[in-house]
Amino acid sequence: MQDGVSLRTSVGKVELGLPGMVASGVMDETGASMVRMFGCGAGAVVSKSVGLQPNPGHSNPCLLEVCGGYVNAMGLPNPGIEEFRAEMEQAVPAGPVIGSIYGAGPDDFSELAGRMEDYGATAVELNLSCPHAKGFGMEVGTDPRMVGDIVSAVKSAVDIPVWAKLTPNTHILQDIGRAVQDAGGDAVVAINTLKAMVISPEFARPVLSNGFCGLSGNGIRPVGVRAVYDLRTVLDIPIVGVGGISCWRDAAEYIMAGASAFQIGSAIGTVGIDVFEQVNDGLRSFMEEYGYRDISSMVGAAHE
Amino acid sequence: MSETVVIKRVVDEAYDTKSFFFDLDADVRPGQFLMVWIPGCDEIPMSVSSVDGREKSITVKAIGPATRRLHEFEAGDRLGIRGPFGNGFDLSSGNVLIVGGGVGTAAVMPAVAATGADVIIAARSDRDVILKEVAERHSKNVWIATDDGSMGFHGNAVQLMREKVSQHDYDCVIACGPEVMLYFTYKACEELGLDCQLSLERYMKCGAGVCGCCVMDDQRICRDGPVFRREQIARLSDFGRGRRDACGRFVSFR
Repeated sequence: MQDGVSLRTSVGKVELGLPGMVASGVMDETGASMVRMFGCGAGAVVSKSVGLQPNPGHSNPCLLEVCGGYVNAMGLPNPGIEEFRAEMEQAVPAGPVIGSIYGAGPDDFSELAGRMEDYGATAVELNLSCPHAKGFGMEVGTDPRMVGDIVSAVKSAVDIPVWAKLTPNTHILQDIGRAVQDAGGDAVVAINTLKAMVISPEFARPVLSNGFCGLSGNGIRPVGVRAVYDLRTVLDIPIVGVGGISCWRDAAEYIMAGASAFQIGSAIGTVGIDVFEQVNDGLRSFMEEYGYRDISSMVGAAHE
Repeated sequence: MSETVVIKRVVDEAYDTKSFFFDLDADVRPGQFLMVWIPGCDEIPMSVSSVDGREKSITVKAIGPATRRLHEFEAGDRLGIRGPFGNGFDLSSGNVLIVGGGVGTAAVMPAVAATGADVIIAARSDRDVILKEVAERHSKNVWIATDDGSMGFHGNAVQLMREKVSQHDYDCVIACGPEVMLYFTYKACEELGLDCQLSLERYMKCGAGVCGCCVMDDQRICRDGPVFRREQIARLSDFGRGRRDACGRFVSFR
């Protein structure tokens, strides 16, 4: 009997029937892929990060299985914002799509956010955190002033909520989070991948073509949970937790650290596409047994 | 994890096609593929063309920069391997007819070895026919079709398949080859009321079902496939129509 338990949650103005979202970069480059994920128990889908121009990304190898997850250096492949219209037209009627965008500065982000709003995105997620794309991602996301400029520019350009996805590859995460909040950002999403490298001893060279890459998966979860916990202590805006969630316990950790919702990426590969249903079922059972009636009653529980 | 393998021997299969043999501990089912890393060049998906205990092979036609570079590799050289990936063929489908077209013949060869089923090998010309002797070691009936009639049946794989299906009692067709061949194989099977399992191909990055760049409609070729049955293919509107490029843009075949 789980009638009393609700998995509904909200990230500010964004209402979600289920608390788990597909993280950006995984099964979200095409409309049909996003529609499929809505049918698998995801409460929302965050799109592939889309830029102004089509981008083929880095050459292969761009992903490698490692102990505790994956490393990847996809290099932000995407069809460009113009062609992405068709994918959004297919996905948006199926459920809430958060449009992930990347750019080199406030103007790029503002233009992209406007297009995502036109396409029917529920919110935009600013990729301020990709660790392997020169001139983008964490290169613009580790300077609180630049982050503030980007967020406030996007806020004046669109009416839909603006989320900022943050990098853990900094010692001033709380300052960056505050910069998002002070600029009017509606939520922060933490964390993106940890900057990493894998070397082949046999070939005496980095394995991935780009050399540097980002580590994701189970291994980074304690880093992500700490980041969300740290951000909760200084922010009033909602937090979305992401990084190494593959079962309900992992999701509960992020929620209790202070996240109102969570995202799953790597586990769609390591566990499978049914990971959302497993997490939802597990969360319901846990909440039933431990007396949590809804997600909001769990948010930040570990702080008290 | 990436594993480093040493090439044990290289076999010339045709003027532009070579097989590379190496030891790899992983269990590989017929129809699965590996991601093969050619350091400093590229990483490409390659079907496993034979499985003999630890020894596996890939059969490579030199068609692009990566495959041409691979053709320079010799016994003793090393490759990086990830995998195996993908679902593979279901070989419990009764009496099967196996069809290989061009270098796609390599992908069905482990299914031939496992079943000893009847085989059609199709190619443009006699000099493009590969793995005929390997197939003959396992199967009683090995039929050749060439577009120019220089060996065996004069015509394409699907024409010969229709002829053999009318003469024998098959439950399922297993096939790999160019998409145009697979498209008409599918159409023929639909018309004949015959089940099929087709091994499909798309541009791939991760190989592991994560990045989503190899999708046809909502199906990941690397993880949900590469082998799809007739009723699944019926739902793939991209099949025979177009593909996604490295940026994820849809590119129409015609």
